[in-house]
Amino acid sequence: MSTSDVTKGGIRGERPGREAEAGRGLRPGRRGRRGRRGEELMVPQAEFTSYYGRPVITPPSWQARDIAGYFFLGGLAGAGSVLAAGSHLTGRRTAARALKISSTVAIAGSAAALVHDLGRPERFANMLRVFKPTSPMSMGSWLLAAYGPAAGAAAVLDVTGLLPRTGRTATIGAALLGPAVAAYTAVLAADTAVPAWHEGYRELPFVFTGSAAVAAAGMGLMTAPPEENGPARRAALLGAAVETAAVRAMERRVGVVAETYRHGRAGRLMRAARALTALGALGAALPARCSRPAAAVSGAALLAASACTRFGVFHAGVASAEDPKYTVLPQRERLERRQAEQAGKPAEAERAEQA
Amino acid sequence: MTDSLTRPAPSDGSDQDPAGRAGHEDHPERVGFFTDTSVCIGCKACEVACKEWNAIPEDGLELTGMSYDNTRGLGASTWRHVAFIEQSKPLGHAQAAVDHTDVDVLALAAQGSATPPEQAAITPTTPGPPSPDGRTELRWLMSSDVCKHCTHAACLDVCPTGSLFRTEFGTVVVQEDICNGCGYCVPACPYGVIEQRPGDGRAFKCTMCYDRLGAGQEPACAKACPTDSIQFGPLEELRERAAARVGQLHEAGVADARLYGHDPGDGVGGDGAFFLLLDEPEVYGLPPDPQVTTRDLPSMWRYAGAAALALAGGLAAVFAGPRRAPAGRTRR
Repeated sequence: MSTSDVTKGGIRGERPGREAEAGRGLRPGRRGRRGRRGEELMVPQAEFTSYYGRPVITPPSWQARDIAGYFFLGGLAGAGSVLAAGSHLTGRRTAARALKISSTVAIAGSAAALVHDLGRPERFANMLRVFKPTSPMSMGSWLLAAYGPAAGAAAVLDVTGLLPRTGRTATIGAALLGPAVAAYTAVLAADTAVPAWHEGYRELPFVFTGSAAVAAAGMGLMTAPPEENGPARRAALLGAAVETAAVRAMERRVGVVAETYRHGRAGRLMRAARALTALGALGAALPARCSRPAAAVSGAALLAASACTRFGVFHAGVASAEDPKYTVLPQRERLERRQAEQAGKPAEAERAEQA
Repeated sequence: MTDSLTRPAPSDGSDQDPAGRAGHEDHPERVGFFTDTSVCIGCKACEVACKEWNAIPEDGLELTGMSYDNTRGLGASTWRHVAFIEQSKPLGHAQAAVDHTDVDVLALAAQGSATPPEQAAITPTTPGPPSPDGRTELRWLMSSDVCKHCTHAACLDVCPTGSLFRTEFGTVVVQEDICNGCGYCVPACPYGVIEQRPGDGRAFKCTMCYDRLGAGQEPACAKACPTDSIQFGPLEELRERAAARVGQLHEAGVADARLYGHDPGDGVGGDGAFFLLLDEPEVYGLPPDPQVTTRDLPSMWRYAGAAALALAGGLAAVFAGPRRAPAGRTRR
């Protein structure tokens, strides 16, 4: 039996506590449970385990009104600038002017929402402190810094009639940057650990650009006279088709996480978006070509549909972050798949050697 | 610093010098934490030392009612969190049904810590058969969680202001005077570590006591840990020590012991703060297979680029075709 004595040099014969023989037991092996296998049989694998049901990742602290609202407004502005330029270049003056104004208002609203959502709004200028391709938010800030003034100049010069050539350049510039503004927000959401967003990163940009086309088409239908709304009607149908297909593909891709798009607040919003999109697209296809009120109703439905999609995606993300199930299950599956592959490899190599 | 800012994290885990990648020349060796949960006694001295040293504000004194854990989890004002898990599961070969009537506890105390069980005649935290009133013994798992200081840190990658940065020690730290509270780092972290502080707005997390490291001191939590469950040191040395420890536990019959976050080949390139766990990671609230989200960022940009081009092309195409006057109206 060893004892330890306290001496001037410290405790003699002591072993560091970090080598404590936890789990050694008095009669090793008596219970007949040896090795990993026995241990695992003791407790059957539950479907998934968590720490008292608490989330593994921290859900975003973003306000839905600010950030989902920004996704919607950014899409409306970006896709609107493309429709505005097309209308401008094809001589649809009323539609062009209306869309330039709506894009400017929307992007100004976006900037206001983004600054409002900051924990330290007075430090918003720090966004342009670095240029950082690994941060979609940094890239987005620079994109908005270029797009915002272009969209604003296009609208102001159109309304005032000043500097028509500069106005044309600004219109085209905004149209070139607009699709990027509409699409990058999908990367902004997907470049997180939030399962409903990250797992669907391939389809989410198409959901967002489709939804942006739907919103801009809705704005076009609401503001343009029927003789100028042909492109908006076609854009509504195109956007609705792309968005619907992309949402379906995304739900298939994300597996169990798709539940977050089907249940709760996100589920209600996504269903509302589908119904409103169908209503708006139907209106755009049929009565909107001759009836101004019908065009306005379809346009409003399409705008509402786009907003519902963005808020639906946002809330699905929050729901997927709040439930540890959606973090643990896909990761567990991925881990087991990889372990199975690694276990299979040596066997394959052996077979190859024999052959 | 530009290198780490512009280049997405490589996924093969080959780059194990985060400080060098961030542009620190002649930097000290990378340091980290090895948290050995098998010797954690759940005293929460680490939580207290961390709060004291870093002057972190109080963030609620509520009882959760779920366990002895009233801290709940890591957050803006909780940089060390001791998890408590109750399980009716044995720890290795440890047994509870041991008669202690003849044990001279004073003699045991004289032996100091880490007395072999054969001599101690006591095996801690072990389930036995249910007692007549139906109660069962259980084992406690206790684990002090902390920021992982990932080799490829998502919070740092996505920070749009450059507020989060890589120190010369290879750790990840928030600059409080730069952070504008955009909150992007919060959902980016695969471990749910960093958080915005309510009422302040900025994001906060463990700095691995950057100020103490600079003065050649170990972080406050490791200094305060009475059982050496939290070990601080050069990461390479900690990894070797951890491998030896897990071997020792396996030999003792604790087949469940495993390391977590030690592998440079994992989804975050290995953690600067890694753990020895006695059960699956998710039992402790840790993700079983964390991945740095920016690993997929180049692919995300490609898909978004395709979507943007499709939007531009699609909306250009809707202007093609003849311009028709609506029915019932004449062309102007």
